[in-house]
Amino acid sequence: MSEKEPLFSPKNRKLIFNPLSKDNPITVQVLGICSALAVTVKMKPAFVMSLSVLAVLALANVIVSLLRNTIPNRIRIIVQLVIIALLVILVDQVLKAFVYDVSKQLSVFVGLIITNCIIMGRLEAFALGNKPWPAFLDGIGNAFGYGLILMIVAFFRELFGSGSIFGIPVIPEAWYIKNGGFYENNGLMVLSPMALIVVGVIIWIHRSRNRDLVETK
Amino acid sequence: MENLVNIFVKSIFIDNMVFAYFLGMCSYLAVSKTVKTSVGLGFAVIFVLGITVPVDYLLHNFVLREGALEWLSPKFATVDLSFLSFIMFIAIIASMVQLVEMIVEKFAPALYSSLGIFLPLIAVNCAILGGSLFMQERDYNSIAEATSFGLGSGLGFFLAIVGIAAIREKIRYSDIPAPLRGLGITFIITGLMGLAFMSFMGIKL
Repeated sequence: MSEKEPLFSPKNRKLIFNPLSKDNPITVQVLGICSALAVTVKMKPAFVMSLSVLAVLALANVIVSLLRNTIPNRIRIIVQLVIIALLVILVDQVLKAFVYDVSKQLSVFVGLIITNCIIMGRLEAFALGNKPWPAFLDGIGNAFGYGLILMIVAFFRELFGSGSIFGIPVIPEAWYIKNGGFYENNGLMVLSPMALIVVGVIIWIHRSRNRDLVETK
Repeated sequence: MENLVNIFVKSIFIDNMVFAYFLGMCSYLAVSKTVKTSVGLGFAVIFVLGITVPVDYLLHNFVLREGALEWLSPKFATVDLSFLSFIMFIAIIASMVQLVEMIVEKFAPALYSSLGIFLPLIAVNCAILGGSLFMQERDYNSIAEATSFGLGSGLGFFLAIVGIAAIREKIRYSDIPAPLRGLGITFIITGLMGLAFMSFMGIKL
C-alpha cells in the first residue's frame, strides 16, 4: 500500500450506497428486524431510533476496527458486547436527557439495540477485518439502509393509521366521518401485525424489481 | 396464585414476544425452516428465559435499583445503579447461555449439532434481553411473578416458532409468486398469525 486511497474512492462509495438497496440490512441480510418493527407506529420514534442505531453502529464499527488486532479471537463476542452496551448506555442517557417523551415511547427498544443483530452482524462481518475509515462508512451505510426501511414502514403506518406525518395531520379534518365526511383512520395499521405485512410487501416489491435477489426454492 | 396464572397466560398469548413485540425475530426467521430444529430452539429459549428473568429480577431489586443497596448499609439508600442494568443483564444472559450450551452438548449432541450457530446466538436473541428489560419496566412484585413471566414468554416464543415452522414446511409445495418466496411470504404469514393472536386480547383468568 504505497499510494493512499482517496477518502471517497468508488469502493468506499459502494460501502455507503449498496446497503440502501441491493444489500439492505433488513430486506436482504435479514438483520435487525426485532427492533425495526416495534417502533414504526409513528414516524418520530422511528426517526429517533434510526439516529440511535446510526450513532451506535458507526462508533462501534470504528472502535472494533481500531482494536481488531488486539482482540483475542476467543473472547471477541464478549468484547463486542461490552463495547456495544457501553455505547447504548450513552445513547440511552442522552435520549432520556433531551427527548424524554420519545425515550418513554421507545421503552425497552433502546436497550435492545445491544442485541440488535445488525450491529453484531456488521461487527463480525466487516469491522473485524477492515480499517477504521471503511468500517465507519459501512456502519453509516447500513444504518441508513436500516433507517430507510424504518421510515418507509412508519410513513405508511402513520399516514393510514393516524392520518398524520411526523405528528402533523395531513388528512383534512372535514373528511372524517365524525365531521360529516367519508374518511376513517384504519385502526388496523396501528396494530403490530400490520408492520410485518407492510415489510413483507416492501420485500415483494423490492425483489420484483431486483430479480437477482429472488430466492430459489 | 391467581395472579401468577394470569401473568403466565398473558405473557404467552397477549404479550407474545414474537407477535406483539417482534422480539427474537432474527432467530425466529432463520431457524424456522423445519419443525425439528425449531422445537430445539424453542426449548432452549424457554429454559434460558426461565432462568435469566428471575436472576435478573434479583439483581435488579437487590443491587441496581434506586435504594436497593440499603441492605448493605443505610448510607447507600440513595445510590441508583440502574444505568448499569443493560451491561449487567447481558453479562448474566451470556453466562447462562454458555451453561445451556454445555448441558446440551453433553446430553443431546444431535440437537447440539442441528442447532449449530444458533445456540450461542441465543445470547444476542432480543427475546432474552427483552424479557429482562420488560421485567424491569413492569416492576413485578415478587420473584414468583417474574419467573412465571419468564416461562410464559418462553412458551409464547416456542409456540410461535413451532407454528411458523410447520406452516413453512407445508408452504414449500405451494406456488408462491417468485419475488415473494422465502422471506417475503414468511413475513406476511407472521403478520397473519399475529392478527390471529390478537383475538386473545382482553382475556383475564
